Amino acid sequence: MIKLGFVYLLAGLMFAGFAVFSAGDRSNGKRAGNTAFWGLTALSFLAGDRLGDLGNGLLVLGLVLLAGLGLIGRSQPATTTPAERVALSERFGNRLFAPALMLPLVVALGVLALKPLQLGGVPLMDPKQATLISLGGAVIVGLVLALALLRQPLTSPLQEGRRLADTVGWAMLLPQFLAALGAVFALAGVGAQIGHLVTTWLPVDTRFAAVAVYCVGMAAFTMLMGNAFAAFPVLTGGVAIPILVGHFGGNPAVITSIGMLSGFCGTLMTPLAANFNLVPPALLEIPDRYAVIKTQVPTALLMLIVNTVLMYVLAFPR
Amino acid sequence: MLILLGVAVIVVGFAIRLNPLLVVVLAALTSGWFAGLSPLQVIAAFGKAFNENRYVSIAYLALPLVGVLERAGLRERAAAIIAKLKGVTTGRFLIGYMSLRQITAALGLVAIAGQTQTVRPLIAPMAEAATELHDGPPDLPTRYAVRAMAAATDNVAVFFSEDVFVAMGSVLLIVGFLTSSKIVLDPIHISVWSIPTALAAFVVHGARLLLFDRRLARGAKT
Repeated sequence: MIKLGFVYLLAGLMFAGFAVFSAGDRSNGKRAGNTAFWGLTALSFLAGDRLGDLGNGLLVLGLVLLAGLGLIGRSQPATTTPAERVALSERFGNRLFAPALMLPLVVALGVLALKPLQLGGVPLMDPKQATLISLGGAVIVGLVLALALLRQPLTSPLQEGRRLADTVGWAMLLPQFLAALGAVFALAGVGAQIGHLVTTWLPVDTRFAAVAVYCVGMAAFTMLMGNAFAAFPVLTGGVAIPILVGHFGGNPAVITSIGMLSGFCGTLMTPLAANFNLVPPALLEIPDRYAVIKTQVPTALLMLIVNTVLMYVLAFPR
Repeated sequence: MLILLGVAVIVVGFAIRLNPLLVVVLAALTSGWFAGLSPLQVIAAFGKAFNENRYVSIAYLALPLVGVLERAGLRERAAAIIAKLKGVTTGRFLIGYMSLRQITAALGLVAIAGQTQTVRPLIAPMAEAATELHDGPPDLPTRYAVRAMAAATDNVAVFFSEDVFVAMGSVLLIVGFLTSSKIVLDPIHISVWSIPTALAAFVVHGARLLLFDRRLARGAKT
């Protein structure tokens, strides 16, 4: 059975490759920092399960030190010039899309067709991780096709991948850092504390007030925690179930589904949801770190109003 | 109450633009300290969770493929395709992408596209090409605005449509939580009641994209 470890091995080898090529990059004055940063990341993916909790914690501190002290630089690996790219794009034409399309096609194939497949009673891959495993397979298929079809140098996947990784820099690992922060917050009881404050101090005595407190509370709490999943149990247990369902007799399916979607309005507005909001500006080379959040705020606020109204109208049939 | 200072550390640290990795670890240490955990315990708990959440970073596996295709001219080709489409504008193009992304996400195929896999190599350059085609070469701030809108459209489309798929993680979380509160229902009910919001998101964000087109056209005239 193929497990998540296969994908971690791939990622570990990729980051190890970034580290090795960073070490040999004399054009980057901070190459030692880049080598150490991607090297530690590789170590985490290759051996994280054998380092122990404190070992992983020290690894994290190493990453923080390198990023916090500004020891990582943006490298400029040799690549094709804009003019060369235009010429290449004309030469290859639509063949360029074939490897790119392997990503959605192989992922869809993996999730829809290969996931239920069994070999001698054992599933081909861990059904819980089918998407991530399929993504790993899709990248390999796409890369083989790209190298064969477009005749790019064999080192180009790692060199070009390193170019993009250095464009994003330390922000690459911010989503994983925030996920870990969520776990520490849960351990410290931060969510329970905020939930207690909300349910003690906010008005929930009319039906509309209670709906608004739940929807806006989900969005606001999600902004603070960076994740609607962290906000959901607290506010649903504190407001939705006892008051909206218990006291006002609302439909629990309507209330909880729209409640979660109100939380997603918060996800669109918080820097703590880094993979959606902070990594894209880095990836798209936009200088303003908060450009994507600012663009999303109007949609998020309008959708929060829409969700509040929908819940009020749909959850309480006369 | 003092454990909430960790949240304050985040807010202040992000506001004064300290390095976010540093801010996150300081916030963990602060909340942990006031919850009675020693710094070493917090570091270990953080390391454990960091290791368990490695899957969050798996989408970066697409970077080498995206990089190789960019090297061979993928972004230029994507932009050229846009030039062949008549009547395409940035907003209309992004509306098309949004509907495709909403439909596939509602079928559970969230991972087939994303910021790394599609927005950077395809959607952002195509959106920029549409601006150029329709309103002439955009200045740098306009380019940034178009790219940010492309990224935002991907997020909006996925967030408000993924719950229409029955086996999505958030749907299962809702059902699990309700079960623990002695309310038993089939996940399909959660999916069905997610549809109105998905449709509303298409209307709301679609309208914003059409307004965005107007703004781009106005910017081109001045």
